[in-house]
Amino acid sequence: MLKINNLTKRFGGLAAVNDVSVEVAAGQINAIIGPNGAGKTTFFNLVAGAMPPTSGSIEFNGMDVTGMAPDRIARLGIARTFQTTKLFEQSTVLDNLIVGHRLRTQARLWDVIINAKRLRDEEKKCRAKAAEVLDFVGLSHIGHRYIADTTQEERKRVAFALAMATDPELVLLDEPAGGINPEETENLAALIRKMVDHGITVCLIEHKMDMIMSLADKIMVLDHGEKIAEGTPEQIKTNPVVIEAYLGSEEDVEA
Amino acid sequence: MDAFLQQALNGLTLGSIYGLVALGLTLVYGILHVPNFAHGALYMVGAYISYYIMVDLGLNYWIAMLGAGLFVAVLSVLCERLVFHPLRHAPPIHDKIAAIGILLFLEAVVQMHWGSDFRRMPTPYTGILEFGGLVLPAQRLLIIVGAFSIMGALHLYLKKTMTGSTIIAMAQNREGAFLVGIDANRVAMMTFAIAGFLAAVGASLFAPINLGYPAMGHLVIMKAFVIIILGGMGSIPGAIVGGLIIGFAEALGGYYVSSTYKDLIAFVLLVVILSIKPTGLFTKGVR
Amino acid sequence: MDRIANFFASPAMKVVLLAFALIFPLIAGSEYQIYVMALAFIWAIAVYGLNIITGFCGQLNLAHGGFFAIGAYVVAILTVDHGWAFWPAFVASGVFSAVFGFLVGIVSLRLKEHYCAIFTLCVGFIIYLLLDKWEALTHGSLGIINIAPPEGFGLIDFTRTIPFYYLVLFFLVLAIVLVSRISSSLVGRTFLAIRISDDLAQSLGINLMRNKVLAFVLSTVYAGLAGGLYAGVVRFIGPAEAEVVHTFDIITYLLVGGIGTLMGPLVGTMAITWLTQAVQSFEEYRMIVFGPMLVLLVIFMPKGVVGTFLTWRGRRLASKAPAKEGQTRVGDSATSSKEASDNA
Repeated sequence: MLKINNLTKRFGGLAAVNDVSVEVAAGQINAIIGPNGAGKTTFFNLVAGAMPPTSGSIEFNGMDVTGMAPDRIARLGIARTFQTTKLFEQSTVLDNLIVGHRLRTQARLWDVIINAKRLRDEEKKCRAKAAEVLDFVGLSHIGHRYIADTTQEERKRVAFALAMATDPELVLLDEPAGGINPEETENLAALIRKMVDHGITVCLIEHKMDMIMSLADKIMVLDHGEKIAEGTPEQIKTNPVVIEAYLGSEEDVEA
Repeated sequence: MDAFLQQALNGLTLGSIYGLVALGLTLVYGILHVPNFAHGALYMVGAYISYYIMVDLGLNYWIAMLGAGLFVAVLSVLCERLVFHPLRHAPPIHDKIAAIGILLFLEAVVQMHWGSDFRRMPTPYTGILEFGGLVLPAQRLLIIVGAFSIMGALHLYLKKTMTGSTIIAMAQNREGAFLVGIDANRVAMMTFAIAGFLAAVGASLFAPINLGYPAMGHLVIMKAFVIIILGGMGSIPGAIVGGLIIGFAEALGGYYVSSTYKDLIAFVLLVVILSIKPTGLFTKGVR
Repeated sequence: MDRIANFFASPAMKVVLLAFALIFPLIAGSEYQIYVMALAFIWAIAVYGLNIITGFCGQLNLAHGGFFAIGAYVVAILTVDHGWAFWPAFVASGVFSAVFGFLVGIVSLRLKEHYCAIFTLCVGFIIYLLLDKWEALTHGSLGIINIAPPEGFGLIDFTRTIPFYYLVLFFLVLAIVLVSRISSSLVGRTFLAIRISDDLAQSLGINLMRNKVLAFVLSTVYAGLAGGLYAGVVRFIGPAEAEVVHTFDIITYLLVGGIGTLMGPLVGTMAITWLTQAVQSFEEYRMIVFGPMLVLLVIFMPKGVVGTFLTWRGRRLASKAPAKEGQTRVGDSATSSKEASDNA
């Protein structure tokens, strides 16, 4: 589904991502791990179109999407979340999700001015989608609560829901379990598995090893911008290069 | 040819003043990321204080200039402490609105005190020098010499003194500067003080050949912003060179193309350049 | 306390305000007051325009007053120099503002934060300079007099104060209704997403430039049409209308009322207008009060009257929702003025 060929991104003289090639198969949970500063988020940014690569190519479902604008890539079916969840604090949970389906609608300003039927239909569609994804992530009961009053885990789920409202084929999750406790982490992992069961391919960056090991179908390890290992959790766990990379840095591997 | 040289001299005069004002502005913007719209008001206050000291108090031109410089330096620091410092973590739009508030206030105070009619500031240097066909009023020579001397002095100050180097350090790398224990507050105050001083001195130098009125800072400040965008934020050479470019463009353009629209030149330049290169002419950094 | 607050935020409040506006000419003390109110309505329309680009996209368009002047001049030039009737000229002022706004928008919206403000400041000045110097077109510093008033088609005489008061009120209500509809629509939600974060909006498939330019053009059309109305009501204009101080006024009204709120522009314009009237003797020096007021507001109450009220009310409502045990609390997340919105 997603083919990355020799992807490189340089900032000045420094290569944040260096000649990385990997394939992401559909319907799987792919994890990207690596010490801090390994280039994981930069990698996501490249795939999501937030920045153009210096060299290399990205193919999505056979189409070359290298250097495409992020909004176009979103419309093609790649959604993402961010390390710091950004949501509209003063709105309700449900309200936040409605704009998620916007990219699948056609309504324009003119439709708003004349209150066109197309607008009303599409708003209904977006609301329905919002309710649907909210239910999927198990937060229907707090649909009317203001974001400002939700917990960190709930906000992460809302971010997932928002990404899912775009009807994606592939979702990139950047440290989805950041800042939540172990029990909440397990809930989130279950949610990710549920997403995959529903036909979405997931690619995630995480530092929580136990979550990764039990969740991922395939793991790619980055260090200093380069891919140093790739394989199943079993293979990665025992890979001496990986262990070296982690012990070599100050990375705290959670037991 | 004579006319050309004559206008070139005019351009040099204009450019020196613009450079001086832009210099202060670029320091503040480059280091503190505050686009101080009130800088034009500081310039204007400098001119009026100078006028006051010279005309109302009857003191010497140089004392007036120095007095104005110090007064505006203090005023500038007050702005920093009372307004920009509390807003340093606020969204950038607040800085701009606050600067506008200061600008409006200062203009209103000056207007209340001195009225809104035009003032001509006297100068002891009314002589005219002649260099083989070229006419150079003494005041203009003073402007050129004065402006460049000050810029030179500033350059020395920044490069050779301890406090000067802290300012440069902050301009180049804020985080690093903090790490080595540079006091951001002191640097902020010094920067604003210097900027205010430069603006006031520039105004005092320039006022005798121009008229003074409460809104006199508007044009100058906008051109100064154009200059620092063209020359690069925080770049001292950029401010000076940019000032000269604009000065020459205006003088030559005003003479050869159109005198009515000469003020437009700087802005048209800005529009053209930003349309082509949205990051400005010389941006090295990520900002 | 809560019930009063709830009332203020409810639609009923708006009905009350509308009713008050409708009967105002009957209870006003003098014709002059009606005139002031009508002008305030016109400025409020312009402020609603600025709110679209600033409240939704967080950009400060310092040429906003310039677009107001452009709208006014289009009406003036077309009716006085070319014999157009008012209403066609009025429409033209909107079209012209849209086109010019589009051109300015596509350049300025690509610029970073500060550059955008400086650029628009310079554009505003260019507009002023052209209006002042291009005598062949604009009559230069003399200004244009005897602009045609809006036609009443023989039914209403809009040269008289009370009729044009109601005309302006009509347009103001229209302006507010449109903004309200936009902000709660998918288009408005798109704008809001951009305001939260450019990155987030793009990850949701939103085209930044297209939407920002749309918001910008919308805001300049508001300003231009307000200017067109102004020309038809006041019936003379000069380059002074394009001076940057008017943009600063509009910013003040918006800040006082509350950036990004629905009622903010109206509240701010009314408050400042009537405050200025109350201290009439200081008309010329009002900036001595307003300047520091602006500074204090932006430091201590950046959300303005309406914004602060809504946040306060939001907190009170939220404090009644119980917290769950054993969950990682987000805490009292600090909300910046960019996130204030009107839920009424």
